[in-house]
Amino acid sequence: MSNSKSLIKKVTGFRLFLPLACLFLVLIINVIKTPSFFNITIQNGVLYGYIIDVINRGSELVIFAVGMTLVVAASGGTDISVGAVSALAGAVCCFVLSGGEQSTDFYHAPYLLGVIAAILIGMICGAWNGFLVAKLRIQPMVATLILFTAGRGIAQLITDGQMIYLRVDHFKMLGASIPGVPLPTPVFVAIIVVILTYILLKKTAIGLYIETVGCNSKAARLVGLNSTMIQFLTYTFCGICSGIAGLIITSRVYSIDANNAGLNLELDAILAVALGGNSLGGGKFSLLGSVIGAYTIQALTTTLYAMSISADQIPVYKAIVVVVIVTLQSPEFQKMRKALVAKISSGKTVKEAA
Amino acid sequence: MKRKVLSVLLSAALAATLMTGCGQATSEPAAEAAPAEEAAPAEEAAPAEEAAADELIVVGYAQVGAESDWRTANTESFKTEFVEANGYKLIFDDAQQKQENQIKAIRSFIQQEVDYIVLAPVVETGWDTVLQEAKEAGIPVILSDRMVDVADDSLYECWVGGNFVKEGEDAAGWLSEYLTAQGRADEEINIVTLQGTIGASAQVGRTEGFASKMADTWTMLDMQTGEFTQSKGQEVMESFLKQYDDIDVVVAENDNMAFGAIDAIKAAGKTCGPEGDIIIISFDAVKAAFESMIAGDMNVSVECNPLHGPRVSEIIQTLESGGTVDKVMYVDEGVFPAETAADTIGSRAY
Repeated sequence: MSNSKSLIKKVTGFRLFLPLACLFLVLIINVIKTPSFFNITIQNGVLYGYIIDVINRGSELVIFAVGMTLVVAASGGTDISVGAVSALAGAVCCFVLSGGEQSTDFYHAPYLLGVIAAILIGMICGAWNGFLVAKLRIQPMVATLILFTAGRGIAQLITDGQMIYLRVDHFKMLGASIPGVPLPTPVFVAIIVVILTYILLKKTAIGLYIETVGCNSKAARLVGLNSTMIQFLTYTFCGICSGIAGLIITSRVYSIDANNAGLNLELDAILAVALGGNSLGGGKFSLLGSVIGAYTIQALTTTLYAMSISADQIPVYKAIVVVVIVTLQSPEFQKMRKALVAKISSGKTVKEAA
Repeated sequence: MKRKVLSVLLSAALAATLMTGCGQATSEPAAEAAPAEEAAPAEEAAPAEEAAADELIVVGYAQVGAESDWRTANTESFKTEFVEANGYKLIFDDAQQKQENQIKAIRSFIQQEVDYIVLAPVVETGWDTVLQEAKEAGIPVILSDRMVDVADDSLYECWVGGNFVKEGEDAAGWLSEYLTAQGRADEEINIVTLQGTIGASAQVGRTEGFASKMADTWTMLDMQTGEFTQSKGQEVMESFLKQYDDIDVVVAENDNMAFGAIDAIKAAGKTCGPEGDIIIISFDAVKAAFESMIAGDMNVSVECNPLHGPRVSEIIQTLESGGTVDKVMYVDEGVFPAETAADTIGSRAY
């Protein structure tokens, strides 16, 4: 009896328990409502099914969430410019590859150059945000608001306000699939970003530094950590992530639509971090929690499509689920729940005694 | 210290924006007004044609943005029609799909004392105040493409655009003829629709028009919005394909969503177009749609003529000569099936 109780405690006490439970909750709803949700078949040599859609379409969000997690952990603030930065990076990539033409069938510059340009732009934008937040000590939301508003404007300037089409099969591969590989390419990109970041955090001390700075940046400085540099680096890294996500977004539709690329994804990314059980106040963080959070959000979107809920109502359902999940995870709610359990069990003992 | 530096920087930036803002607002009308006044006394002597050339008709166009090829063609149509050679000066504003930007643009047009305002509203509601301001300034407003929902319809001069309901009816009419020609008139036909942004006039009209001409043997399996974008269209189509095994027809309420749907269908190992399993019906008929039809991916695209420039120019000329125009002015639109795509593409302006 006590053994099983301690096991339950161990499981529920596990850090990623709640995020994982939320993901399973969403998936279980699917088992009941749309049994075909878990069917996986092979079409054209690529795995095909709702679950594949979730991990495929969730890739950009996972990449955004990775960058956002570090920013949140180190600075206790959020980078709300990621969506706009991804549009900007995508615009630069398309502009470089199309040579400024509006629609093209071949590359005007080597593909690699476009990729590097996009990532570089993401990095510069991230560094700018980092400079404002870490060096000038502007509140993160205000600092990143600048690129949130200006990013799409700059992207429009680059594309001359038009959509740029790159109808090159090679360009579509990043957002679709490479012939002979059974999984869509974005999945691999997301996995690589997560693994590289994970190794970086675990094999070097940087993860610990970020947590330290996030918990108390003054104390971190007093023990000899360069808080400013660490915060700056997390924002730069977040910018790089946005650049990579921007590449996938553009490749999916083989064009750049500066108005719609990555639209509202910054909010989903922040939500993913929160769903992952991370405190938005900074400090201790779990990278995998955010990744699970990101897939949870995408699973929710795909679920709502599968259940034929009209898209204009989707935000309402999303909001309900988010309220439930966030409430479940809030420390105050945990306290109330514990108090309630204690009350009930004490009531029982009183009854037994009587 | 840091705070001081920051505040100095911020106020400098503020001052800079103010200055450029004022510069734009004041300098242009001043430049416009000066030659006009000078020309006035000399007007009697000068030939009428020259006087007209001096007094260009200033038109402010508050465009939605550049969300699709259609929009781009629409912008181009205005930019090529309203040139100095035709007696116009065009002030173009790209609102990046935000209503507040359009309202700002209209206010700046009023300040610049333009002769006509053309507005392609992002949404239907919330225009009463700013259109009232334009009316009080005595500037006629011509709506392009989308309608506004205002209590007093004297707030705008007229509306120019496509007849979306008729487009929907034309699409259903084409499908009915096509199925008859293929000998499938009595077959059960399953249809899914990728709707535009819910509430947009194009979405409402096309959905309504298509629904009104549905044959008894047709079933509308599902409708879902793809928000007029390629990526959403693709995502929604992916979901449709997993939900329903036997989709015969996809109706995409614009070309971009159709492109997304075609990609999704191909990824699912199915085929579409005249030679394929799934019939693709699309709207707008932009150039890329013709290319897609020639490539054998799309069956038909119902035109939504974006070349509003000439029609708006006609209206302005009528108003200039003291005439009146109808409240609703449709532009001519056609249906373009894949069979004739290769012949027509050369004659397309967009």
